[in-house]
Amino acid sequence: MKRGKPEGRCAAAGALAAAILLGFAVAASADEFTRQDLERWQGEYMAVVKKGEALFHGGLKSTNTVSCDQCHPDAADIHPETYPKFQRQLGRVAVLGEMINWCIMNPLQSKPLALDDPRMVALQAYITFERRGVALAPGKH
Amino acid sequence: MRRPIDRREFLKRGGALLAAGALPMSLVEIAFGKDSGREGFTFAYLSDSHITHVRGREFVRNWDRGLIQAVAEANLLDPRPDFIMYGGDIAQLGKREEIDHGLEILSGLRGEVRYVMGEHDYYLDLGEHWRRRLGPDHYSFRHKGVQFIVLNSILTDDDWTHRRWPSAAERMHQMARLDNPQGSPFMVGEAQRAWLRGELEKVDTDTPLVVFSHSPLQKIYKGWNFWTDDAEQVQALLKPFRKVTVLYGHVHQIQYNQIGNISFHSVMATAWPWPYPQSFVQSPSHLPKLTVPMDRANPFFERDGTGWQFIDLHTGNADVHYLLPDNRNRVVAYDTAAGHPVDREYQDPKRRIPPQTRY
Repeated sequence: MKRGKPEGRCAAAGALAAAILLGFAVAASADEFTRQDLERWQGEYMAVVKKGEALFHGGLKSTNTVSCDQCHPDAADIHPETYPKFQRQLGRVAVLGEMINWCIMNPLQSKPLALDDPRMVALQAYITFERRGVALAPGKH
Repeated sequence: MRRPIDRREFLKRGGALLAAGALPMSLVEIAFGKDSGREGFTFAYLSDSHITHVRGREFVRNWDRGLIQAVAEANLLDPRPDFIMYGGDIAQLGKREEIDHGLEILSGLRGEVRYVMGEHDYYLDLGEHWRRRLGPDHYSFRHKGVQFIVLNSILTDDDWTHRRWPSAAERMHQMARLDNPQGSPFMVGEAQRAWLRGELEKVDTDTPLVVFSHSPLQKIYKGWNFWTDDAEQVQALLKPFRKVTVLYGHVHQIQYNQIGNISFHSVMATAWPWPYPQSFVQSPSHLPKLTVPMDRANPFFERDGTGWQFIDLHTGNADVHYLLPDNRNRVVAYDTAAGHPVDREYQDPKRRIPPQTRY
């Protein structure tokens, strides 16, 4: 392969410089965010927590009318900080979403959700929010 | 009876007896206290069935099964309990269908049943259907030298009850949500306290007194109405009596306490268990220090964390025997030397077991 002409080298150098500049620009946009950004993101999160709270308190379709909050007021006795953990009843390590589905299928006698279903995400956002401040204790029984 | 009967033994004996045509079985050996000088007796206590109407003739199977099982087991007690108390919340949303269906299952009980009003029975029609089926919501009776008082402790202020909600169904839904920030604290209220004062004036202060309420007549956690707002005023009325026991439902868990002369015991739900309030970490709560918690429930066994009780009053104080499906039974009895109720097996912290650790 022939070495490039001077103009070619120039163009390559220019492209490199542009790439470096662009790279800096991308890095700056990833690292710098404003207070307004933080507020917006917190707002987005809390909107999903609110949605989860509504699903938890009868908003989730339940064929027998039973709702999550009947057994878990304020999402108590779920212990999201302990997941993933060995779930002895399943004989393996499980994530919280699997246990939420267990409740949906049994006490609620309803159909389970996909683990990435927005309703499943919202339920977990609410359950975890109600346990905020508690230290992570993965695996704890 | 010192040792709680284990569930397997209970069912084995019960099953054998059923097969043999329900011959008597000696579950309760009443030890007459030397100082009691009165006839010993027991009564059974069922509570919090939350029968839920789904549609047509369909009811939530799980809650039906809890009540059916408690009725069947209570019918195996021998000697027979002198009577049976039902501690409130037959229904989930106060519907006639729910109260009627619950009473149909309860009609299988062998023996006289007396009832306490729960908030789930009350806030749809303000107790009208319940009273039509069962009579007054507060009353007293005397049995073998013990004075019994039944209170409706789940009333709340007039504004919340009569002016806050667009419909009776909405009011019931709001009260049915335990963790409701729009809820309102329970109270016995002035009228019933005046009635209670009048009733107690007729009773000698040496007479053992047993008070039934749905909500605790003590303050544990306001956020879930494990609470009665005028508890101190009711306690003050009970103060002159030597032996006082308050038995309450509502909390779906084992709690016990001693405040001055008054012993407090909660009873289990036949429907489902509730967390101890300390598990909700965003708000302080006050579980009595005496209470050794019930085991954490295994959700894969739908009756785990539920149960019913029989109560032995031979000393004039209550020995509460908890019949706990899928768990070892427990006995919480008044200890004369200590002057408060103790769990006969687990009171000593060294004897407690890992499932009793709540967090």
